[in-house]
Amino acid sequence: MPDPETGPARAPGPDPVSDPAPERATDGRARLLGALRRPGSRGQVVAAVLLAALGFAAVTQVRANGRDDNYVGARQGDLVQLINNLSLASQRTETEIAQLQSTRDALGNDTEARRTAIDRAQEQAATLGILAGTLPAVGPGVRVTITDTRHGVGTNQLLDGLQELRDAGAEAIELNDQVRVVAQTFLQDRAGSGILVDGTVLEPPYVIDAIGDPHTLATGLQFARGFADEVEGVGGKVSVKELGSVEVSSTIRPEPPKYAQPAGTR
Amino acid sequence: MIAAVGLLLGVLLGLLLQPTVPVWLDPYLPIAVVAALDAVFGALRAFLDGIFDDKVFVVSFVSNVLIAAVIVYLGDKLGVGGQLSTGVIVVLGIRIFSNVAAIRRHLFHA
Repeated sequence: MPDPETGPARAPGPDPVSDPAPERATDGRARLLGALRRPGSRGQVVAAVLLAALGFAAVTQVRANGRDDNYVGARQGDLVQLINNLSLASQRTETEIAQLQSTRDALGNDTEARRTAIDRAQEQAATLGILAGTLPAVGPGVRVTITDTRHGVGTNQLLDGLQELRDAGAEAIELNDQVRVVAQTFLQDRAGSGILVDGTVLEPPYVIDAIGDPHTLATGLQFARGFADEVEGVGGKVSVKELGSVEVSSTIRPEPPKYAQPAGTR
Repeated sequence: MIAAVGLLLGVLLGLLLQPTVPVWLDPYLPIAVVAALDAVFGALRAFLDGIFDDKVFVVSFVSNVLIAAVIVYLGDKLGVGGQLSTGVIVVLGIRIFSNVAAIRRHLFHA
């Protein structure tokens, strides 16, 4: 549609007012110059009114166009289409939001469940660690000191004592602050003095640290013809101290079982 | 002279008053402006040709605007408003270009 002759290169052209060659002016140009110089006739006034209206309308439209978005001049069908598109898009977005929310909830539940499981597992691990002897333990209990000047105390007496402590509810037991007494602990007499416990040689005096109810533990060791009497029978001496806080610091390194396997479902 | 002042006055008035376009007028105003532009360029060409007549100018101006508005209105009613508006703009644009070409020949002899 654009006329190839109206390129911008020609647009600036010579100003008709300051044209230095008036003799070349045709009727049209002279008439225009004359109209510009003369105050004007009735035709000019009419043209002025109409041009003012045009300028007013054009500026108004330009401003309205700049201010409004595209929807004001749109037709009904277009608007309906636009609204449909928008509602479809919002529907899609809402579906997406719902999905994401459910995912988030699921993840939150997952996290919570996992945290609970971890808490329970840690609790259980602590309990089992104390029971199995893999964790140091502290609590109320007794400190039993067995002095044996005549080397009469052996595994029989010690096993008896340990058995009594277990019977009285001892939860963690330690010998001479060196050996933790656990399910796999074995005791062995040595020639001369001393006892071999789990491969460690213990020399008298033997000290048994046991965590449990102090009074029950002490009673369990001292009833008539019990552990204390037995030790004294072979020339030893037993002193039991009930303490508010006994520390069982030695631990064992757990070895995975070689033959035994968990049976059935875990 | 007065015509140029009138145009300037209209533009300034529009800038100062900052009128809002009424909703019912909104679809018609752009087309009406283009139609009026066509009438103005036609009038300028006629003036340069020496055949300008203010009565003809007024009639052509008003009828151009009215016909443009009616065409758009009719197009809206028929459901082809958008296409018809485009058609009107194209026709008016061609006319404006041809008028401007004639004006240019008068003013610049080129």
